[in-house]
Amino acid sequence: MKKRSRSTEVILSTDSINVVYQESLIALQNVSLDIPAAKLTAILGPSGCGKTTLLKVIAGLIKPTSGSVKVRGKEIEGPGPDRALVFQDFALLPWATVLQNVGFGLRARGVPKKERDETSLHYIKEVGLLGFEDKYPHQLSGGMRQRTGLARALTINSDILLMDEPFSAVDEQMRRKLQEDLLNLLKVENKTVIFVTHSIEEAVYLADQVIILSGRPGSVAEIVYPKIDRTGEIDLIRRQPGYIDLVDEIWSSLKKYVE
Amino acid sequence: MQKSPFWSLIFWAGVWEFVGQMQWMTLLPPLSGIWFAFAELFQQSAFWDAFIMTARTFGIGLSLSIVVGIPIGILMGISSRADKILSVWVNLFLSAPITAVIPALMPILGIADATVIATVILFSIWVVIIDTQAGVTHVKDSLVEMGKIFGCSRSKIIFWIVIPSAMPEIITGIRLSVVRAVKGVIVGQIVIALIGFGGLFSTYLSYFLMERFWALIIVVFIMSFTIIGLVEMLERRIAFYAKSR
Ligand SMILES: Nc1ncnc2c1ncn2[C@@H]1O[C@H](COP(=O)(O)OP(=O)(O)O)[C@@H](O)[C@H]1O
Ligand SMILES: [Mg+2]
Repeated sequence: MKKRSRSTEVILSTDSINVVYQESLIALQNVSLDIPAAKLTAILGPSGCGKTTLLKVIAGLIKPTSGSVKVRGKEIEGPGPDRALVFQDFALLPWATVLQNVGFGLRARGVPKKERDETSLHYIKEVGLLGFEDKYPHQLSGGMRQRTGLARALTINSDILLMDEPFSAVDEQMRRKLQEDLLNLLKVENKTVIFVTHSIEEAVYLADQVIILSGRPGSVAEIVYPKIDRTGEIDLIRRQPGYIDLVDEIWSSLKKYVE
Repeated sequence: MQKSPFWSLIFWAGVWEFVGQMQWMTLLPPLSGIWFAFAELFQQSAFWDAFIMTARTFGIGLSLSIVVGIPIGILMGISSRADKILSVWVNLFLSAPITAVIPALMPILGIADATVIATVILFSIWVVIIDTQAGVTHVKDSLVEMGKIFGCSRSKIIFWIVIPSAMPEIITGIRLSVVRAVKGVIVGQIVIALIGFGGLFSTYLSYFLMERFWALIIVVFIMSFTIIGLVEMLERRIAFYAKSR
């Protein structure tokens, strides 16, 4: 578990964030983070430790009780075009087709229909949903719904992609496929990804930096930098010698927060 | 025995005919006599005047209930302050015996269309409000957050996300309000007893024209069931949409 030299630019940082719900429930305590640009950061922790809260603070959906979030040194005021969010429950409009759902962000910005559809189709193709653009969410599998949510987040071309347990609502095989596809996609799209998960394997497999949150109240317990070579075949990542060791190490440090 | 509403209807029509023929009750003529009364009824200009008046007051009252009820329901769904102020009244009127209020309306609005329209509204608006509000408060949080993430203004969130999400409940509210408006328009006229079908009913009763009286009741029933049936058919066509949520 060696700290990697941090040569990359910090694109987003949080400064001593505290979130208190209903005057007594402390969800986050003093969370300060640096998120490196163009890397995949995983936020890992037991359920209920404040992962979603942290991601929503970063997204600008929740105002922290104290502390601030900065993107490229500038404090955020709320949601912004520099950050897109992929939802755990997909958050698709059930009355809209895949094409309309994917184009939602562009429509909100007033992009004309023709241009909107062109851009949407480009990303529908990129996430592997070509041919499904006229289907409704209820006609899609869980994996396809999340691909739709991902394509929608990609259309607005934000540098930072926030994902809240994006693959937790799909089955194991589909999860693996989506993870592989995400890694492949990130080779094409130059994105900073902040990824919430409760799966140690998923964090180690996908992330360049894993932020481990302690149990309630959530605070940063540890940060690890998996030294996994992702340049080669994706299938080989799980066979690399460091992979299993790191999963075990993280488990032993996380164990004490799981009751 | 076959279980079908048709046979049941035939059976009870037979009972009616028998009881009528026996002349046990002066108020109940034999069913066969009523068939001739239909033809008489449809030849009366008073019937058609009452019909048009009923259609007009029903249409205006129901439209106002829907057009006013939906925005109020939306407002109560998105603003807890509006909810606090209004929900007491909405819930009170939702279950109150509205019929008792009609005599109080007459001196204010006169013995005319306005009183019947007010009755229709008082019968039908509350359920539109309540169902719209329920639809709006049950909109998934993540959809609203999604709207915010993509920079939607408040009005875009309401028109693009909240209202379409609440549509199944709104449609249910409209269906129930049609049923209540049908009751309202008839009850209103009967309580006033001087205009529309209410006027006809009391005329027929006071002149002992029992065949026409019953023919009119059957016509009113058939009209009500036709309208309610049409609305239910319409709701089923939109039902797929509710299921896909
Ligand atoms: N809107 C809210 N109001 C009150 N408490 C909340 C709210 N959202 C989350 N919590 C509480 O805050 C804690 C952290 O929640 P969350 O961020 O969803 O955790 P995680 O995503 O890690 O499972 C939990 O105890 C949860 O019950
Ligand atoms: Mg969560």
